[in-house]
Amino acid sequence: MELVSLRNVGFTYAYGDKPALNDVSLTIEPGLLYGVVGLNASGKSTLCSVVRGIIPHFHHGELTGEVKIKGRDLLEWDPAELSKSIGYVFQNPFTQISGVKDTVFEEIALGLENLGVDREEMIDRVTTVVRELGLEALIRKNPNELSGGQRQKVAFASIIAMDADFIIIDEPTSQLDPDASEAVFGIIRKLKERGKSIILVEHKIDLMAEYADRIIVMKAGRVVMEGPAREVLVSDELSQAGVPYPEVTELAFALANAGKPLRSVPITRAEARELVSARIKEAPHAHSAL
Amino acid sequence: MPIVLSDASFSYPDGSLAVDSVTLRINDGERIAIVGQNGAGKTTTVKMMNGLLKPSSGSVTVDGLATTDQTTATTARTVGYVFQNPDDQIFGSDVQGELEYMPKYLKWDAEVTEQRVGRAAKMTGIRRFLKVNPNDLPFAIKKFVAIGAILVGDCKYVILDEPTAGLDDRGLKLLNRMMDQLEAEGVAVIAITHDMRFVVDSFTRVVAMANRKIIADGSCEEVFGNDDVLSRAKLKRPEVPQLARELGLSTTALHLNAVVALIR
Ligand SMILES: Nc1ncnc2c1ncn2[C@@H]1O[C@H](COP(=O)(O)OP(=O)(O)OP(=O)(O)O)[C@@H](O)[C@H]1O
Ligand SMILES: [Mg+2]
Repeated sequence: MELVSLRNVGFTYAYGDKPALNDVSLTIEPGLLYGVVGLNASGKSTLCSVVRGIIPHFHHGELTGEVKIKGRDLLEWDPAELSKSIGYVFQNPFTQISGVKDTVFEEIALGLENLGVDREEMIDRVTTVVRELGLEALIRKNPNELSGGQRQKVAFASIIAMDADFIIIDEPTSQLDPDASEAVFGIIRKLKERGKSIILVEHKIDLMAEYADRIIVMKAGRVVMEGPAREVLVSDELSQAGVPYPEVTELAFALANAGKPLRSVPITRAEARELVSARIKEAPHAHSAL
Repeated sequence: MPIVLSDASFSYPDGSLAVDSVTLRINDGERIAIVGQNGAGKTTTVKMMNGLLKPSSGSVTVDGLATTDQTTATTARTVGYVFQNPDDQIFGSDVQGELEYMPKYLKWDAEVTEQRVGRAAKMTGIRRFLKVNPNDLPFAIKKFVAIGAILVGDCKYVILDEPTAGLDDRGLKLLNRMMDQLEAEGVAVIAITHDMRFVVDSFTRVVAMANRKIIADGSCEEVFGNDDVLSRAKLKRPEVPQLARELGLSTTALHLNAVVALIR
């Protein structure tokens, strides 16, 4: 069964003058990693809020069309139940820290506490995510006395610890150094391999190319394309939506423009390496033929 | 006259040493990127430059004057700092009020205020949001409001703490145009960023930090050519330069066009 289905969904915030989502129809299948890309304010976070049930339960405004989550209409879900079955990492890492806990360890455990997980398992799960994210040195620190990136890691850790089957993650790496960004994507991949379904909003298109199964492209409140990462990331629709191509894809296009096309268009560095080395090996023949 | 940090260290009240003996000089009108590991001490370092934090030991001088001999408000008039988290900086209930906060505080006359606010709003692309409550804006646009509020002032140095976080391509172009204008006006720009492509495309001098210290200070070619620095500061090369290296095409090429030229 499909995990989420949206049919002709529109949403306008109470304070907004134009729709933040406009006629969106979309199906999310379980067990996949969906990447969501688009310009700032194109509707990515609003889409997350709808799927997560924050709209219309907490953010007010006008919701039209039909939203079904696990086969049940969004309006029939109890918001509390929904918030337990869907993990949600907020876009702004500075707002996700609860402010009620004195240590990073307790902060990460907070969600588990709310779920009523028993003490032993709680410690176990927190310890695991702390290790995965390399937060060992920070566990006794006050969560309000962390660097920006450290906060973002803690916010991510607290959601991952809850181990929901379906997780929505809105820009988890915006404040992270390149190494930590890759680590977070690695953790997300592992979650998927354990059967979880994930919706991930991110601007880092090179990492999306490496990790996402499917990509949703948004522009001015609409979904302009949805499909396998390989197709979407080389498409015209992507650049028309203002989203850059992966760097190696851009390289391939530049080579083609310079009359030196590769055999196919890569989206990851590993693919580009093979294609470019093939090109380099062929090049001498090409020249002698002239 | 420059900003000079000499053996400057800083410990937070909880006792954690965040910056350890940093020495750095930023010249008038210069453009410089600060990169490195989360928690390395980047934000703490730049907060010492504008007097928000005073060094626990060592010294920080701005145009020859020690920040410890001045109020933060005085130093901040020369060195503007845009917070990593815009919510730490923005309190106004609409964007216009936010931009006019400093002129009101400094009692500027209406004409100057209008001119400076107009210029800042234009440079940051927020003119159409002037009547909006900043809390209703997406994170990246709120960040531009925070930048705008600093650009209203007449700072000789502008510090941007992670202006690229969550920024789309259009925002990145706007940011680059803004930095070019500041450069043309002789304003120095110090930007902390985790976006390595932005660094190689828009900066010539890079400072890398790791474990509370500066571990490299040089050109993009020097910093991105040094594997040891990259691994200690948790950095990565942009994809295409990394590809060029893996294929043995070049160890120095940093830009896409340079790599295109290397492939026959
Ligand atoms: N208010 C505070 N109280 C105590 N320690 C702090 C405080 N703010 C930051 N720190 C600690 O100081 C160190 C340096 O933090 P800083 O914010 O300067 O890092 P940064 O390089 O800007 O990191 P990021 O890339 O994550 O923003 C970190 O280990 C952090 O935990
Ligand atoms: Mg910082």
